[in-house]
Amino acid sequence: MPEVVVDGVHKSFGVVEVLKGITMSVERGEVTALIGRSGSGKSTLLRCMNGLESIQKGAITIAGHAVTADKAKLRRLRTDVGIVFQSYNLFPHLSVADNITLAPRIVKKMGRGEARTVAEEVLALVGLSDKFGAYPDQLSGGQQQRVAIARSLAMRPKVMLFDEVTSALDPELTGEVLAVMERLARDGMTMLLVTHEMGFARRVASTTVFMHRGRIHESGPSRDLFDAPRTPEMAQFIRSDIK
Amino acid sequence: MTYAFQFGVLNQYRDQLLAGLWLTVEISAVSIVAGTAFGIVLASLRSMAGRGTRIAVDTYVELIRNTPFLVQLFLIYFGLPAAGLRVGAVTAALIGMTVNLAAYSTEIVRSGIEAVHRSQIEAGEALGLTQVQVYRHVVLLPAIQKVYPALCSQFVLMMLASSICSAISTGELTAAAAFVQSQSYRSFEVYLAATALYLALALGLRGMLALLGLWLFGRRAARRALVPVVEASA
Amino acid sequence: MIFHTFGWPQFWFLVQSMQWTVILTALALGGGGIVGFGVALARVSRIGWLRLAAGTYIQLIQGIPVLMILFLSFYGLALMGFQLLPIVAAGISMAVYGSGYLAEIWRGCIQSVPKPQWEGSESLAMTRLQQYRHVILPQALRIALPPTVGFAVQVVKNTSIASLIGFVELARAGQLVNNATFQPFRVFLVVAALYFVICYPLSQLSRWLEGRLHAGSRR
Repeated sequence: MPEVVVDGVHKSFGVVEVLKGITMSVERGEVTALIGRSGSGKSTLLRCMNGLESIQKGAITIAGHAVTADKAKLRRLRTDVGIVFQSYNLFPHLSVADNITLAPRIVKKMGRGEARTVAEEVLALVGLSDKFGAYPDQLSGGQQQRVAIARSLAMRPKVMLFDEVTSALDPELTGEVLAVMERLARDGMTMLLVTHEMGFARRVASTTVFMHRGRIHESGPSRDLFDAPRTPEMAQFIRSDIK
Repeated sequence: MTYAFQFGVLNQYRDQLLAGLWLTVEISAVSIVAGTAFGIVLASLRSMAGRGTRIAVDTYVELIRNTPFLVQLFLIYFGLPAAGLRVGAVTAALIGMTVNLAAYSTEIVRSGIEAVHRSQIEAGEALGLTQVQVYRHVVLLPAIQKVYPALCSQFVLMMLASSICSAISTGELTAAAAFVQSQSYRSFEVYLAATALYLALALGLRGMLALLGLWLFGRRAARRALVPVVEASA
Repeated sequence: MIFHTFGWPQFWFLVQSMQWTVILTALALGGGGIVGFGVALARVSRIGWLRLAAGTYIQLIQGIPVLMILFLSFYGLALMGFQLLPIVAAGISMAVYGSGYLAEIWRGCIQSVPKPQWEGSESLAMTRLQQYRHVILPQALRIALPPTVGFAVQVVKNTSIASLIGFVELARAGQLVNNATFQPFRVFLVVAALYFVICYPLSQLSRWLEGRLHAGSRR
């Protein structure tokens, strides 16, 4: 049963149409990678999936929720759909623990004790149990991104969206973040990731979607796509990446 | 509410109000030009001359910025004659406003000068510019352009503060309004009219300063000058 | 009329009158802060007409002299049947004046919280109110502290204008002492010094906070 269904989605910024009819789906427990050049619309598509961007045409259903303009419905959707950003977006004035427990406490009305237990659990999952009381500016970029992942996980999401989460990191710090994501994938989380890490996409994502100029240009099982691209654009994209 | 507005009274005293308005424009214009000139000179002196000058300029700036304009006016208008220096109400207003604005513009221009990077100055020197040329083209002009919006906000604040000069009987707009209300007992109408005139002056001054900025620095600076800048120093 | 020279009793009278300067400042910052906070929020609201109304209010207050606000509330409202005590008129005027400037200062602070903070909290399913309360305002508050303290200096100085409707704070007390002693230079120099004693530490505090904000950690 698909956990994410995108059906004929169009999206424009003013006169510029960035998504020109996207249709795709992601099965429960599957990992799908969205790849493509910058400006191909892949990040916009991801942001549409939790309502950070509105769509002009088409429909998106994710974790059993339709993406709508209705604020209350959108909030219910967001409790089931986590998103992690390129720039971490941790709250600088809150400790790691408070960053993680804030939303569970005020949105899900979780008690302090329970929220703390959840925080300890998700921090252990990303390997940062010792940073419970630290503040974001005391952490490296990789650690901050892992806290951001933990913060999303604390909401017990059914789907996780990752928007170029390693792009802002120094190369030596990407590994620790990718390792966390790989572990999530193994544990059966439904995941959609916009990424430039081709090796990671090939290894971890069961399906890869190559976007080009606002359309899905090519998609299929990751291994097939990377090993034998069917379109010249995809072939060229992979080549330029390796170089 | 049984009060009946009678704005007709304004027409009757139109000449007095217009005379007051004109004096407000005059003392504002003179003090803005003079105050800014002094400010630029003092900020330049401060950044170039020695330690003694810097301390003297800083002391002046802090003394003015940390005491009320009204008390400064009292000191000039009532205090100076007691010290043997007689000044008229308009002269006292002009001195007070210039001295006050000079302190603020010194501080604003100083902050602009300090924001100029050392590397810019070195680049200027590397191009073979003389010290004076470097100061003028690389330090002062960019600094003033950078702080132009803050200066504009200070000019508007000064123009509005000129109303306080009525307290030492300078016959500007507020004093004129006070006179009219004492004759007509129509306080609300008179002060409402004066308020509207000040608002028009403030908007007009902002517009003019934006045009001046356009002429001096081009489009970007001018657009920023249209928006009030409120800073800790304002 | 008995003439005194300026001595300790007169000095003491001036010092005591400072309490009214402080009270007026507190009214301006307290009352102006409450109204100004609301106007600042309206200024960054997603509702167009609310933004416009708040913007107009700010432009209006910043476009007229504090003295006019004072005269309009004192003389104007008195004629319309509301007899205001000088302390009430002065307090209201100072609060109105403060609200117009604080709203603009705080609008800037709210908007200087990076946009990703909105997105981060929004995608955690927070309501707009929760975003403000837990994420945006705590960060805006840190940014707001230095310019707010700086503005307090302007308020302290502008309370002197209340003397022009006969309210006896420090500046008016100076006039009264001067009327009795005819030593204007000495009297107003002392008055200025007393204002300086309040304002200078606040100015320095604002500067120090500003420096700490830029130099220190983001926390």
